[in-house]
Amino acid sequence: MEEILKVSNLSKGFPGVQALSNVDFTLNRGEILGLMGENGAGKSTLIKVMTGFYRRDSGDIHFDGQAVDFTSPNDAVRHGISTVYQEVNLLPQLTVAENIFIGRQPMKKRGGIDWRELNSRAENAVAKLDLDIDVTRPLNTYSVAVQQMVSIARALDISAKVLILDEPTSSLDAAEVEQLFTVMRRLKSEGISIVFITHFLDQVFAITDRITVLRSGKNAGEFTTEGLSRMDLISSMLGKEFEDLDASRWGSSLGTGEGDPLVSMNSVGKKGFIFPFDLTIRPGEVLGLAGLLGSGRTEIAQLLYGVEKPDEGVLQLNGQETALSSPRGAIDEGMGFCPEDRKEVGIIPELSVRENIILALQAKRGALRYIHRKEQEAIADKFIRALNIVTPSSDQLVKNLSGGNQQKVILARWLAAEPRLLILDEPTRGIDIGSKVEIQKLILELAKEGLALLFISSELDEVVRCSSRVAVLRDRQVIGELDGTDISESQIMKTIAETA
Amino acid sequence: MNSFKKLPKLSVNNIPILTTISIFFLMYAAASIMFPGFFSLYNFVNIFKTNAFVGIIAVGMTFVIISGGIDLSVGSVVAFTSIFIAKMHQSYGMPSWISMLICLGIGLVLGLSIGCLITYFELPEFLVTLVAMFLMRGLAYVVHQGTISIQDDPFIAFMKRTGIRVGAGNLSLYVWVFILILILGILVSKYTRFGRNVYAVGGNESSAVLMGLPVKRTKVLIYVMSSLLATLGGIVFTIHLASGKPHNTIGLELHVIASVVIGGTLLTGGAGRVIGTFFGVLIYGLVFKLPAYISAFREWWAQILVGLLVLTFILIQTFVAEKTARAVES
Ligand SMILES: Nc1ncnc2c1ncn2[C@@H]1O[C@H](COP(=O)(O)OP(=O)(O)OP(=O)(O)O)[C@@H](O)[C@H]1O
Ligand SMILES: [Mg+2]
Repeated sequence: MEEILKVSNLSKGFPGVQALSNVDFTLNRGEILGLMGENGAGKSTLIKVMTGFYRRDSGDIHFDGQAVDFTSPNDAVRHGISTVYQEVNLLPQLTVAENIFIGRQPMKKRGGIDWRELNSRAENAVAKLDLDIDVTRPLNTYSVAVQQMVSIARALDISAKVLILDEPTSSLDAAEVEQLFTVMRRLKSEGISIVFITHFLDQVFAITDRITVLRSGKNAGEFTTEGLSRMDLISSMLGKEFEDLDASRWGSSLGTGEGDPLVSMNSVGKKGFIFPFDLTIRPGEVLGLAGLLGSGRTEIAQLLYGVEKPDEGVLQLNGQETALSSPRGAIDEGMGFCPEDRKEVGIIPELSVRENIILALQAKRGALRYIHRKEQEAIADKFIRALNIVTPSSDQLVKNLSGGNQQKVILARWLAAEPRLLILDEPTRGIDIGSKVEIQKLILELAKEGLALLFISSELDEVVRCSSRVAVLRDRQVIGELDGTDISESQIMKTIAETA
Repeated sequence: MNSFKKLPKLSVNNIPILTTISIFFLMYAAASIMFPGFFSLYNFVNIFKTNAFVGIIAVGMTFVIISGGIDLSVGSVVAFTSIFIAKMHQSYGMPSWISMLICLGIGLVLGLSIGCLITYFELPEFLVTLVAMFLMRGLAYVVHQGTISIQDDPFIAFMKRTGIRVGAGNLSLYVWVFILILILGILVSKYTRFGRNVYAVGGNESSAVLMGLPVKRTKVLIYVMSSLLATLGGIVFTIHLASGKPHNTIGLELHVIASVVIGGTLLTGGAGRVIGTFFGVLIYGLVFKLPAYISAFREWWAQILVGLLVLTFILIQTFVAEKTARAVES
């Protein structure tokens, strides 16, 4: 096999963190390589150092047989390395087409950008991903998933020798992922080499030829995907044995909660948003919402949290009829909502980890009742440990954390706020497999302490493992409810399929 | 995936520019109805003439603000340019076109320095251009402390005299400089990679870097352009008044920024149009012309009105920002 990209002995440190130490990394021509590791293992940093966003402290990089030293991502692109970075947000106010082509716009012979050509090429580019959108509209009129697809379209259109994708699938649904894989396979057959980073094990096994694992900034293993067992891969990532959880159903230990419902929603609905439905949540239980992307899970959460107002039905909190018109009101009622789209509404990058965690609690107690520094530190440290947040200290600025660790901080914020009812929308997205289990355990513990939880996740195994009851949704409608021993992945899939 | 095609509405991103154009027509229509005799080409030409230099500078400022920056030095650059040209003419008999070229050279150096300090030393735009503002104002006083009027300079006389008759007014050559710059500005912002990169830098600078755009070069160029256009504005200003004094145009930068904002450009960067600035400048020019028609409407009322207009646009921007954030959620 011929090497296209070879990194040897690469090191990179940040104040207080050695992100990479003596890392070796090889990418062969025409292969798809998976880059795996826990949150904060150094995957994104490795990508950024290779493509000139960060300067390395030491080590060598060879690209296409030559020693290279890219000075900026722009430089790397010109040499033939095209990258979708984990946190790339593109340019929301510009059109989809322009986002794909900015920097490489087709020019007219007489000079000047050829907008017509640009738009028609953009249409082709999104069509390749099976994306049916109007490319002349501003990017910010589309959902996060579409935006992620657009950033992929941009990277694909740069005819590069190497394509690097840092967690490109975190917001995509199964069909979109499959579409991306089709394109990746085609590129591979054209001789292009691809680096693919993800926390979804299924996806790595489905698409990669080889897998390189990083752990705490060091090489932890290199595998050929074929014949590799999931357990071996996970142990290599975590550095320890991992108990197989596939079969366990922790949620069943919860029963179905005690006493009167904390929340009961009776024929609550909103035209064009979600069909009327009934739901109850008792203290001490985890109600899971299962269904495909766009089936109406987030919509239920938004109605409950006052983000959207229902136009029919009755919402009772603690047996009393309540009309929530804003999230503010929901917070006052003791609710917490950890939203799906954490990039937009989530972290405050310039504040420290501690300040970010304490935010919702402080808001709840009121600005006047200042939480003392000591208490703040204690709370922050508790969650840093509980959620396994990789950070040199609680005073680190959140923007310096790895992508997955930033998500954990948001989750910690809502857990710290001590709500009575907590809504978790995709809480483990972008989070590594080890921490995922920690978070699931935490959810169970909270329920045992008497918290009511509404748990939304696209990953069925997770819903099955944690929920005491599961409501199944399809096409913006609640189509069934499962409890007790009925809760299983196959039963959920059956419910979705049967009522079709 | 068809559901992504929803949201059938007039793009919220166009609201600011549409508001600007509506306000422009409303105000000119209202003024024409209220003050007989206002609606004349003569008046229009005059507003154009007095504001040509503001317009030229505002084109540069539009790029600066779209990129998410600010340039406070433009007023001082105008003052320096005007007194420099006048002084060279008076003391050394230097033909004005030569001193104008020298000024453009100085503007180039100034813009380069500002751009490099902001980009390569990562100093805040506000501070760097504030320093440049004091520097150029100080230098203006170093050149000369009083007013100098420029008589019998062939080039200036030529520029003032030559023009196109429009009704009772005369659109002098230097007004056409503004129109030319305006058209160039529109073309650059829409049809060059540099122009589009300006939007990218203002939209999200770190995204722009990660997308592989030449962010540093773009930022330096923006300030070079702004300083050059400020100098050119200063030249037009000098031709218009045929004189120079160092305490000219104090606070001009704020007027220019206000015109740009009234023209619908987001102060947060990433959005705006050069043509909007054109209307912004004309609205601005009109507001300050009103005192001539209503005796009770004094200059300070004009200031208050401008304040209200700017406020309106800031509110619109907040609204647009919120709308787009919601669009993303859905
Ligand atoms: N700019 C920075 N300043 C300080 N520390 C940083 C910076 N960028 C990354 N780090 C630290 O370097 C380590 C590696 O981070 P990196 O983003 O590479 O992790 P990752 O493997 O991509 O994780 P994830 O799966 O969560 O995206 C982390 O501990 C992170 O906190
Ligand atoms: Mg990462």
